[in-house]
Amino acid sequence: MVPTDLHYTKDHEWVRVDGDEATVGITAYATEQLGDIVFVELPDVGRSLDQFATFGVVESVKAVSDLFAPVGGEVLETNAALTGQPELVNSEPYEGGWMVRLRLADAAQLDELLDATAYDALIAAG
Amino acid sequence: MTETIEPTVHLTPLTEIHRELGARLIEFGGWLMPVQYGSILEEHRAVRERVGLFDLSHMGELHVEGPDAGAALAAALITNPPSLAVGRAHYSMICVPDGGIIDDLIVYRLAESRFLVVANAGNAATVSDTLAERLERYKAVLDDRSLATGLLAIQGPLSAGVLGPLTDVDLSALRYYAIAEGAVAGIPAMVARTGYTGEDGFEVFIDTSRTAELWAILLAGVRSAGGLPVGLGARDTLRLEAGMPLYGNELDLDTTPYEAGLGRVVKLDKPGDFVGRAALEKVARDGPARKLVGLIVEGRGIARHGHPVWVGDRRTGVVTSGTQSPTLGVPIAMAYVAPGDAEPGTVVDVEIRAARVPARVVALPFYRRQA
Repeated sequence: MVPTDLHYTKDHEWVRVDGDEATVGITAYATEQLGDIVFVELPDVGRSLDQFATFGVVESVKAVSDLFAPVGGEVLETNAALTGQPELVNSEPYEGGWMVRLRLADAAQLDELLDATAYDALIAAG
Repeated sequence: MTETIEPTVHLTPLTEIHRELGARLIEFGGWLMPVQYGSILEEHRAVRERVGLFDLSHMGELHVEGPDAGAALAAALITNPPSLAVGRAHYSMICVPDGGIIDDLIVYRLAESRFLVVANAGNAATVSDTLAERLERYKAVLDDRSLATGLLAIQGPLSAGVLGPLTDVDLSALRYYAIAEGAVAGIPAMVARTGYTGEDGFEVFIDTSRTAELWAILLAGVRSAGGLPVGLGARDTLRLEAGMPLYGNELDLDTTPYEAGLGRVVKLDKPGDFVGRAALEKVARDGPARKLVGLIVEGRGIARHGHPVWVGDRRTGVVTSGTQSPTLGVPIAMAYVAPGDAEPGTVVDVEIRAARVPARVVALPFYRRQA
């Protein structure tokens, strides 16, 4: 079971909402599919993202994958630790491997995301 | 209306075993192959520091035999196989008349008039057909034993220690690029000291019917030495660190050996004509139009196959292979650039998505094992 306090995209990002702030990362399932993550490219602080817009790139040894914003908003902070330790995304996908913190533009956008039960069903279906 | 014609994807004798080991399987060169069993980085490190076991049964094994076998291969390939002593091997290529590369090969001399040509999986059928055509005028026959031959590679500093006790082949007497017939765990085999990792190691050719049995025995030995089974993912990062070209990335029909920095492989001084000679003599005389270089990316980003390479506002070339080097901890790449930009120390930019990221030309290989 994935963490129940998060919302998920079909592209395997998660978002944790705390007041009007939203923290975004990728799921454990995504990291297992990608394998060893060796590089993460994140947006500049202050940039404004639309919901489902590409906000960065995650690279494993073999593959390059886009990252999609689960919700829209202004980038407040990016996880600087990932510059030197991208492997945190593999080892702590829901904690130390977070990627960006956003100012949530519109809480109604959360309705377009999956809850933990629906996301579990999605990955179980492969 | 959609209709899909499934191409034939070959399975090695080990496909089910790879699946049971939890490998992720991909189609490569017409074969279903393990790309990784667990972590590519751990598999890579196992080979650099200890030992790894690879299933290479997808490779093509073409046997050429007959009184003219050596002469026929000398005319068909860019090297001079008759110069090989029995039991020795060399790196070679088969080219088209304009000098473009059909495939890169290892040629082993198994007996006075018997050679083994090992081709890449994706090119094996083409190499087999082309060689057969080029052998027609000679007293030599080609026997394509690709589907009847299993190939396991055991690579890494502990490989001799694992393989030695299992074989009657004297590994201490088996030199680099040599091959000997014998038995491994009682299974008839040919053991060669060759590989594609930059480490000491061996490649073991056996019959497909015994491949699973030998894999199990070798894997037990590899595991007890702290090693791992290794997939194509780490095979690629290992060969890239070792500066070895991959057909389809660094080598293709539009590339000559000279561009790839492999002019020394072309034996222009051998007697007689060979396919590609006139074109290759011209490239040797005039110099190649572009050169393969190593790059170390110094900014943020990983250079990948297809990324353009710039010097100022001038596009000088393109990246052919790139990854984060597990051993060096920095992004490395190989790229074709204009000859004037090929000197080590030259600073270039790699176009990675929208950004221009600085990189430095370095001499290949990126990694060389301690002797």
